[in-house]
Amino acid sequence: MDLNMNVDAPHSMGTTIIGVTYNGGVVLGADSRTSTGMYVANRASDKITQLTDNVYVCRSGSAADSQIVSDYVRYFLHQHTIQLGQPATVKVAANLIRLLSYSNKNMLQTGLIVGGWDKYEGGKIYGVPLGGTLVEQPFTIGGSGSSYLYGFFDQAWKEGMTKDEAEQLVVKAVSLAIARDGASGGVVRTVIINSEGVTRNFYPGDKLPLWHEELEPQNSLLDILNAPSPEPMNI
Amino acid sequence: MSSIGTGYDLSVTTFSPDGRVFQIEYAAKAVDNSGTVIGIRCKDGIVMGVEKLIASKMMLPGSNRRIHSVNRHSGMAVAGLAADGRQIVARAKSEATNYQSVYGEPIPVKELAERVASYVHLCTLYWWLRPFGCGIILGGYDRDGPQLYMVEPSGISYRYFGAAIGKGKQAAKTEIEKLKLSEMTCREGVIEVAKIIYKVHDEAKDKAFELEMSWVCDESKQQHQKVPGDLLEEAKAAARTALEEMDAD
Repeated sequence: MDLNMNVDAPHSMGTTIIGVTYNGGVVLGADSRTSTGMYVANRASDKITQLTDNVYVCRSGSAADSQIVSDYVRYFLHQHTIQLGQPATVKVAANLIRLLSYSNKNMLQTGLIVGGWDKYEGGKIYGVPLGGTLVEQPFTIGGSGSSYLYGFFDQAWKEGMTKDEAEQLVVKAVSLAIARDGASGGVVRTVIINSEGVTRNFYPGDKLPLWHEELEPQNSLLDILNAPSPEPMNI
Repeated sequence: MSSIGTGYDLSVTTFSPDGRVFQIEYAAKAVDNSGTVIGIRCKDGIVMGVEKLIASKMMLPGSNRRIHSVNRHSGMAVAGLAADGRQIVARAKSEATNYQSVYGEPIPVKELAERVASYVHLCTLYWWLRPFGCGIILGGYDRDGPQLYMVEPSGISYRYFGAAIGKGKQAAKTEIEKLKLSEMTCREGVIEVAKIIYKVHDEAKDKAFELEMSWVCDESKQQHQKVPGDLLEEAKAAARTALEEMDAD
């Protein structure tokens, strides 16, 4: 038994985060594991945070850093919306995130994906990785789990998907990353943003596809005991 | 219209018993004594024109510009004290670049107008500052279309279809009201603005004048620029002809 778990280690979101545009809006997706070293501090965290009614951000890296940046940008955007008299654009939200990330690059360790919908540009995704770059992309992935998804997206991504196709792609991708990345896990959360508004979806473990030799999720140990082969390890 | 505010007009921080701030009103007089400046909003953009009264024959034509670009897609035409106007233009340019650096997009015209108006108003709040002696017509084209604003020395700013300040503003406003702006393109608007300025110019009181015009419209690719030379000449010729026809009656 490992009793040397450092529960005071900084909370990090190992994470897999994804942002994808589709024909009419965007889909943001993320896993839900927040770890403190090897200990899973929160297995059901919500890494997709609201900035305005129409713009959300996926957070990865240091939990504290990404929360503080989101909080500041939410505050600035709120003031901006009041002055402008209309909802802020996704571009403005992404730029504010970028300015904070870049100016404080020595102190922050957070990769963010800004996604939303506005009436001028429609659905847009902006990636703001570690150094504070700002890149507008049709889709982007981030977090430790994203390493396993580059090849997958090269093959599976296509322009002009429908809302359901895009969401299915995101859910499949996050679950693939969760299967391979130890720092990603838990449930899959998605947020769909379009002209009609925002929809949040939740995919618990038993709704996700299984990959390779993964076992079916068990609800109770008793199921194992009552199974035809009471010792599953004994093949 | 003239009234003396004896005793209550010494400072911009003093109200008169009937609720007026005389210093601001005097600043507006400075604007009324300058050459006419007009701006109109056509269906595809903005046209602004200035009646530049020439002080001396020795001045180089084209110098002493009264219309300035604030950023790529907006510009302002200034009436009144030229030096004050330069200060306001500098501030507007600075506000525009600052907005762009923070928000990552060009400043919406409405925001720019509010910031300019706030700045002008600021100088009416402290006794150690004097109000700006200029009126500004601000025209720009952003993602919400073409917009025209006017800022007065008091710091008031409104959005207009057509606006005029300076000597001939009353006559100019009457002429602008006759135009069907919502059906006019900027190309046609340039001709109309030239005609109006030539018309309201008082030959008796002021000798020579130079016409300066700018536009920001679909034809200029939503960029604020001087009206192209050939169109300007065409407009001047049309204006002179219209004047002659009027005189001939």
